[in-house]
Amino acid sequence: MEIPVMVGAGLVVIGAGIGIGRIGGSAMEAIARQPEATGKIQTAMLIAAALIEGIGFAALFAVG
Amino acid sequence: MVKAIRFFFSVLLMMIYSSAFGSEPEYDTINHTQTESLDLKSSIKEQINHHLQDSHDFHLFSDETTGKHYGFPLPVILWDDGLHVFMSSEFHHGETVVQSDEKFYTLNHGKIYKTDAEGTVNYDAEHHHVINEKPLDFSITKNVFMIFFVGLLLFLMLRSTARSYKKRGDLPSGIGRFLEPIIVFVREDIAKPNIGAKHYKKYMSFLLTVFFFIWLVNLFGLTPIGVNITNNIAVTFALAVMTYLITTFTAKKDYWKHIFWMPGVPVPMKVVLAPIELLGTIIKPFSLMIRLYANITAGHIVIMSIIGMMFVFQNWIGSSLSFILALVLGILELLVAALQAYIFTMLSALYFGSAVEEHDHH
Repeated sequence: MEIPVMVGAGLVVIGAGIGIGRIGGSAMEAIARQPEATGKIQTAMLIAAALIEGIGFAALFAVG
Repeated sequence: MVKAIRFFFSVLLMMIYSSAFGSEPEYDTINHTQTESLDLKSSIKEQINHHLQDSHDFHLFSDETTGKHYGFPLPVILWDDGLHVFMSSEFHHGETVVQSDEKFYTLNHGKIYKTDAEGTVNYDAEHHHVINEKPLDFSITKNVFMIFFVGLLLFLMLRSTARSYKKRGDLPSGIGRFLEPIIVFVREDIAKPNIGAKHYKKYMSFLLTVFFFIWLVNLFGLTPIGVNITNNIAVTFALAVMTYLITTFTAKKDYWKHIFWMPGVPVPMKVVLAPIELLGTIIKPFSLMIRLYANITAGHIVIMSIIGMMFVFQNWIGSSLSFILALVLGILELLVAALQAYIFTMLSALYFGSAVEEHDHH
């Protein structure tokens, strides 16, 4: 791999990491506020995280 | 619990003891050690690449010192102006050329190429790719064999569950006791909330099949048999195409209306939105395909690299640390195996839901 490609792959991973981290953090907050809605929040969190992950992987494939 | 912890630590201590005081190979010169470690690293890399590929024989393990391979051959089925069927053992792991009806075939890095009696293989000058012609390959490869096996296993498991309901009413027996909560989970937590109570029934068979199939296949990928079906992009492509076809062919009028002539937005926006929405219908299954494939591939590469690190370190601190890391990652992969099956099923259900959704408020 050339260096720009490596940097691009790193940036993609950082972006996806920040995105999923924010989703996880917000879900934690939401669960702490409303523990009775844990199931619904978890489902929504997983879907959103999976969508971001999909974008991240697609970008990694594009640079790789 | 205390017992388990004590057991774990005694095993750990035993391991450290044996690796610290066991006979370590001693090298005469520094040069020798360097070439040795380079060889080791490239052989680990090769091992990982080999593991990620599909193959024509079911290779379990090989003895490095004698060069013997253990495993069993699988049938090769080729279409090349007529049907050619023979066992993959005739290739002798790529060492010999196979003659079938006056045609010659050779095995090169897991792929079958047409060749002549001497087994000549031509390489691309720049990239070192083989440029020989390939026959149409319908072989029962390792992945195909495992797909058949998992299919049979699923059929037996779910069939016996269904039969036990018929026999005993509402209480399943045998493996059904284990499967019932999972089936109910797919119905209550995946199908009903995403598709809606009115339409969910006709999608249940697909959702259950795809959930159990991906889950089982991912679990088999974690066993030391060394199969990995979902990190073959063709398999995830086929699964995603099924989701796409079902979404497209069961879609109601409202679905197409929302794609081609979005209600509730100004006319210029409708024209702009139509191609984007149409592209979206293809991007959705495409992301399903990439997600499953990339997650499982990445997991396999990471675990195999960390297992390989044990052999690179060759001292008790590094090797036991990478052993623990490999163990923890293995447990994480168990979770990922189920999670990816869940996400694939959940997103499929979400797309089916959007296909049959009825909008009354416009």
